[in-house]
Amino acid sequence: MRLNLTINGAQHTADDVWPGESLLYVLRERLGLAGSKNACEQGECGSCTVYLDGVPACSCLVAAGQAAGHEVVTVEGIGGGEDELHPVQEAFVDAGAVQCGFCTPGLIVAAHNLVERTGEPSDEEIREELAGNLCRCTGYEKILDAVRLAASRKQEAGT
Amino acid sequence: MDFIKPTTWEEALEARASVPGAVPIAGGTDVMVELNFDQHRPPALIDLTAIDELAHWDLDGDSVRIGATVSYTTIITELANHLPGLALAARTVGSPQIRNRGTAAGNLGAGSPAGDSHPPLLSTGATVEVASVRGSRFVPIDEFYTGVKRTALEPDELIRAITVPAARGPQQFAKIGTRNAMVIAVCSFAVALDPHERAVGTGLGSAAPTPRHATDAEKYLVDALPWDSSEPLPGDVAERFGELVAAAAVPIDDVRGQATYRTHALSVMARRTLGWAWEEYRCA
Repeated sequence: MRLNLTINGAQHTADDVWPGESLLYVLRERLGLAGSKNACEQGECGSCTVYLDGVPACSCLVAAGQAAGHEVVTVEGIGGGEDELHPVQEAFVDAGAVQCGFCTPGLIVAAHNLVERTGEPSDEEIREELAGNLCRCTGYEKILDAVRLAASRKQEAGT
Repeated sequence: MDFIKPTTWEEALEARASVPGAVPIAGGTDVMVELNFDQHRPPALIDLTAIDELAHWDLDGDSVRIGATVSYTTIITELANHLPGLALAARTVGSPQIRNRGTAAGNLGAGSPAGDSHPPLLSTGATVEVASVRGSRFVPIDEFYTGVKRTALEPDELIRAITVPAARGPQQFAKIGTRNAMVIAVCSFAVALDPHERAVGTGLGSAAPTPRHATDAEKYLVDALPWDSSEPLPGDVAERFGELVAAAAVPIDDVRGQATYRTHALSVMARRTLGWAWEEYRCA
């Protein structure tokens, strides 16, 4: 089937989509948006997290046809452009929160959602919000640092 | 395989009737896993998320009617006052991403004995509204579960809504798992006290082929609770309640836990949740 999707504000058309195909598969394999990562395909790891109508979701658990007519924002749509990082992404760089990087796109979306919605999240809130994103390298401490850094910078900037 | 995206309830029922074996999908947190892993190739998916009426809940007299595509996140953020037991259970489902998409109706449709919604729905006496082109019927939650991953749903029926009586007293939920997120229950337990009716409801998860009540424990507690006093819960009442809850379980050994562990954990959860509920009642 043919699908028309709105991704990062732009219209995309995907052809020959199998009706049981996930949004993640369409993003990566049909539209070349490989930022969202494919790991567990069962919602365990969070590395495919995208915004669907402003709400974080595992794109591997969304049938692509369900996303038609809705707003999808992937990690590619978080920053300002090719070389322009979002403050949450900058905080991940500055805090050393990236090792192999496979979990990073999903964590960026989840952390972006947390930082945008709350002022200074407590450690409990950060752990709760990132509970659906697995990282096998960092031990999470630097990721928590990055979220705290992004949140405090946002408070300082008064935005 | 077809992708059917009805925009009205009637169209959804027509699709369900005309394509035998078509699978309804809302949050996709169960259905998509089966598709991704090639475990199931249904002739069609019926996407229920474009049917506006299913995405809402309403306060209908003394009950809350939860549409079939209302997410766990909505239950947590909007229904914690009316349905504290279900909201507590919803908080333990998966992760934020899963709770944003997953639905209590999907939990019912999947019919896994480990589903987190079942114990609070049992303890509060919920009703499942199901329908087909042949008409609608209201299935009491006690009659909904018929076996492991089997339910009272007929092949042409869809779940439209769940109706849950609004809480008239304390409700609690507890669940055993290896961490605080992304856990399928080793076992789980819900209790609901209704001081007005002097009624007690319970629900056990991952403790038998289907979610179930602990009927003897409920009967015992109705008589044993010192409803008119504001004293702490008598220790022997809590102990006996825990024993009777454990006696209602017929668990199995599986990858998540042993039967003996589950039985013991259920007695502990029953005792603890009753203690929390009683504290809330006597201090109110």
